[in-house]
Amino acid sequence: MFRFLLGRLAVLIPTFVGVSIIAFSFIRLLPGDPVALLSGERVMSPERHAEISHQLGFDRPIVVQYLDYLWGVLQGDFGTSIVTKKPVIDQFLELFPATVELSLCAIIFAVVVGIPAGVIAAIKRGSILDQMIMGTALVGFSMPIFWWGLLLIIVVSGMLQWTPVSGRISLMFFFPSVTGFMLIDSLLSGQEGAFQSAFSHLILPTIVLGTIPLAVIARQTRSAMLEVLSEDYVRTARAKGLPTFRVVGIHALRNAMIPVVTTIGLQIGVMLAGAILTETIFSWPGIGKWMVDSVFRRDYAVIQGGLLIIAAVIMLVNLAVDLLYGLINPRIRH
Amino acid sequence: MKKLTTLFAATALATLVAGSAWSKTFVYCSEGSPEGFDPGLYTAGTTFDAAAHTVYSRLLEFKKGTTETEPGLAESWTISDDGLEYTFKLRPGVKFQTTEFFTPTRELNADDVIFSLERQWKSDNAWHGYVTGGSWEYFAGMGLPELLESIEKVDDMTVKIKLKRKEAPFLANLAMPFASIMSKEYADKLQAEGKMNQLNQMPLGTGPFAFVAYQQDAVIRYKAHPDYWGGKQKIDDLVFSITTDAAVRFQKLQAGECHLMPYPNAADVEAMKADPNLKVMEQAGLNVAYLAYNTTQAPFDKVEVRKALNKAINKQAIVDAVFQGQATPATNPIPPTMWSYDDTVADDTYEPEVAKKMLEDAGVKDLSMKVWAMPVARPYMLNARRAAELMQADFAKVGVKVEIVSYEWAEYLEKSKAKDRDGAVILGWTGDNGDPDNFLDTLLGCDAVGGNNRAQWCNKEFDDLVTKAKEASDVAERTKLYQQAQAVFKKEAPWATLDHSLSIVPMRKNVEGFVQSPLGDFAFDGVDIVE
Amino acid sequence: MTEVTATSPISTDPTRRARLAEFWYYFSENRGAVIGLFFFLFLVLLAICAPLVAPHDPTVQFREAVLLPPFWQEGGRLEFLLGTDAVGRDMLSRLIYGTRFSLFVGVIVTTLSLSGGILVGVIAGYFRGWVDTFIMRIMDIILAFPSLLLALVLVAVLGPGLTNAMIAIALVFQPHFVRLTRAAVMTEKTRDYVVAAKVAGAGHLRLMFRTILPNCMAPLIVQATLSFSSAILDAAALGFLGMGAQPPTPEWGTMLAEAREFILRAWWVVTLPGLAILVTVLAINLMGDGLRDALDPKLKRS
Repeated sequence: MFRFLLGRLAVLIPTFVGVSIIAFSFIRLLPGDPVALLSGERVMSPERHAEISHQLGFDRPIVVQYLDYLWGVLQGDFGTSIVTKKPVIDQFLELFPATVELSLCAIIFAVVVGIPAGVIAAIKRGSILDQMIMGTALVGFSMPIFWWGLLLIIVVSGMLQWTPVSGRISLMFFFPSVTGFMLIDSLLSGQEGAFQSAFSHLILPTIVLGTIPLAVIARQTRSAMLEVLSEDYVRTARAKGLPTFRVVGIHALRNAMIPVVTTIGLQIGVMLAGAILTETIFSWPGIGKWMVDSVFRRDYAVIQGGLLIIAAVIMLVNLAVDLLYGLINPRIRH
Repeated sequence: MKKLTTLFAATALATLVAGSAWSKTFVYCSEGSPEGFDPGLYTAGTTFDAAAHTVYSRLLEFKKGTTETEPGLAESWTISDDGLEYTFKLRPGVKFQTTEFFTPTRELNADDVIFSLERQWKSDNAWHGYVTGGSWEYFAGMGLPELLESIEKVDDMTVKIKLKRKEAPFLANLAMPFASIMSKEYADKLQAEGKMNQLNQMPLGTGPFAFVAYQQDAVIRYKAHPDYWGGKQKIDDLVFSITTDAAVRFQKLQAGECHLMPYPNAADVEAMKADPNLKVMEQAGLNVAYLAYNTTQAPFDKVEVRKALNKAINKQAIVDAVFQGQATPATNPIPPTMWSYDDTVADDTYEPEVAKKMLEDAGVKDLSMKVWAMPVARPYMLNARRAAELMQADFAKVGVKVEIVSYEWAEYLEKSKAKDRDGAVILGWTGDNGDPDNFLDTLLGCDAVGGNNRAQWCNKEFDDLVTKAKEASDVAERTKLYQQAQAVFKKEAPWATLDHSLSIVPMRKNVEGFVQSPLGDFAFDGVDIVE
Repeated sequence: MTEVTATSPISTDPTRRARLAEFWYYFSENRGAVIGLFFFLFLVLLAICAPLVAPHDPTVQFREAVLLPPFWQEGGRLEFLLGTDAVGRDMLSRLIYGTRFSLFVGVIVTTLSLSGGILVGVIAGYFRGWVDTFIMRIMDIILAFPSLLLALVLVAVLGPGLTNAMIAIALVFQPHFVRLTRAAVMTEKTRDYVVAAKVAGAGHLRLMFRTILPNCMAPLIVQATLSFSSAILDAAALGFLGMGAQPPTPEWGTMLAEAREFILRAWWVVTLPGLAILVTVLAINLMGDGLRDALDPKLKRS
């Protein structure tokens, strides 16, 4: 296990350096001058332009800038936002819990609905129910989620007025951020109605972000179940007259879980991509929206630092999934 | 440790807020996150709304709803006969806000004023570069580093500012957000603790509202400053709920999740007016959108050609399609709400047939040109692309082929400055201080060629008029000069003036006391909620 | 290089016909797949014949008919079956022309990423060693970013537009094809027929692309259909974020972005482009499912 971990780390480090080079060079290639952007329609004199470029260090050789940047990164300094002048890492840490909370809720939603749906479809293979579940899953899988979000806003928030339109909690509630997770913080605050408010703000974004993972998980569960159900030991168990519930619950499901867990792990990257759209639509103050906003504001430092941090997080999550996979499936332990 | 104390402070606050269940809270669905809370560092209206108009006050203030100035922290002032020395008497007994993070021990004095201006001016001031990459955009943009001679403390309550040359718009500049007065005592404490950055994150001033907390990209909270020199506010808490999407803002307003919102979608205005729970205020904005020809390049160097093209544009159609009617076609380069606006100037009427003839007479055949469309929405031009498409169709009718080009915003601004630029540029301007100089000289003066003067138009007659007006101190005389300048402008047609947009502010019916600012600010002093 | 006939199961023909028939048999078993296929063919036809079918030019603005609802609603006109948008362009015509862009995006992105992926993947899997390590590290780097974020930044670098959006999407899809090809090549490489061909003196190129590759096609085809639909979705998402096709191009995602300000006032400008995306992607995914069933021998039996 330890050697496996070391091996993975040996791969991760050069990848991370590569990622940092990509993130760094992207930013140099972006068209448009970030310094000129500071003054908008108001024109900046060439002297001031030079002065500010110098302040920001844009006038040094590119390799020096890169090494300087990498050195900073190693010390936990991912640069300072050009727009807000706040450290990128601080902004990230402030916004990341919102994205994690949303993603966790979405994945829980996808798992809680997706796995039973897949299991039922597999057991009732070929029935109308199976076709309906799989049909719905395919629609979900094909969904342009930015449109799906807009539709839900129009219908659920706009016409039915069941859920709030955007944000994380009603403004009536104000309490310190302890964990960064609004659901937990609202409970800790002890304020009446706070949890309900936070919860109702989460419903639509969770559904939108969870839609595609839900579809993938349902489909994956069904095919994994079908495969397991056709194996001899399950057939034997069934032939022995064990009730379907026990066969499925104890024998089949557990073995079918292995590919499903991998699928869930793989969905985390997909989730972050989906968060970009979901957060934009619902004004959810997370890192997806932050990155999109930064691209539009040409906040070079944030795009660069954000890309790097996000890539690092994804790499670590993938590593964790691999380790987990190794734990539940001893056969592939290296 | 630092974390712990802030946490404790926030908890104390939370109990405070929860305890006062009957407090009046006003929620403003703002359009974006502030860049920071030191107004001197930034240029965006969003930042000024969140920092300058809430937490801070200035020596002079704009009288609510106008572009005229009135005494603010300076109770009175005198100007020397040569127009170079301004002596400001400060208002006595002005208290700074007391917050969780700072308790002031003294009232406002001359040191605070000098600190607030000098840090932006003098590069040897410890605060000049306190924010990495920060720069004093407006201070520099309004030309103050070249204008100021000295700032002196006469006594505790008197400040004297000397200028290098006469400049009539100077007083209006001091009412602008960048000239907000900070607390030197607070700044000194931050400096001593090595936490200078905090000045830009936890502001403290003499304004109507004290800063409470900012949750990035989500919420900013303020509470009324009980000792505000203008009197305590009627609302107890002010909340900015940051909502970038205009459609979402409208939904929140409808649902009662906020009381007032800026910048509605033009398409929603009808529905807002029809909603029994809402009321809508509107006012001509202090802005202009234009199409600037490159007057140095053939055939646009000919007045007749520019005039002909102006007559080919159906401005009303642009106003209808881009603003759903929430704008007025523009005649002059300054908006009608600004003093010295000349309403005797006649606009170029939309007559495609005449335009076609004029082009033929000018010997222009098979003209094809580029029209630059901005990639972003600005108050004066919500959708430049759509406007350009409309012009493309209009120009096609007079036999002119148009290719629409666009660049990323910073690039667009940069490239459009070039003297040898190919094509006409759609752009606009929002007034900073309500002075006509800020439009006429800034955008059309000879000095601005290769910069803000996107038409690259240098006309001696016009330039002389505008320069003379800048130095004159008598408003009546300045008005006359500016009106003459507008006539010259229209005759020479360096731009096709497109529109002045209306600034529309929808709010809940129970909101009272909100006054629209012609400068486009959103300030909430004097606002009340009646049940 | 001497011509040597290497026996590969697909290219030596007698079974080819039978295989095709077998493929069609399994494919047509899946009713959804057949529906998807026909709908897809319909879309292709629509895209090709757009100028003939569309009632109006998609960019012509009818200034007296702005934001008209579909014909069945009050105020709608038969002339504009599905209504008009904010500058008076016919929605139906724009949707029909939009088919062209979406299918075009699908075809180009899939071709680019498939051919690039195969080339790189075969090289990596065939040569192994440092070439392989180098290639796979680069793929790891691409995979370390969320695909849409990477595409978004890439387009910001290249400049917004449909062409650049396609390039960016093709690039972020690359690693999937490379990994699949590499894995398949590595398993095939040790098979007897490859060894036989090698012994018979076949060169590298021939071994890579004539001998091994045809036997790795099944998973690649399935991945390609998946890419086809994802490409359409991602291009639309970029358009929605304002970084894809630029107005007035009648691309569905861009149409949606333009329509956002009318979300409360004119449901048709928001609903219809999204529906078009959904239905198109759904048809392709249905087809993809059928293809997978028909090509995947493991599921054939059950």
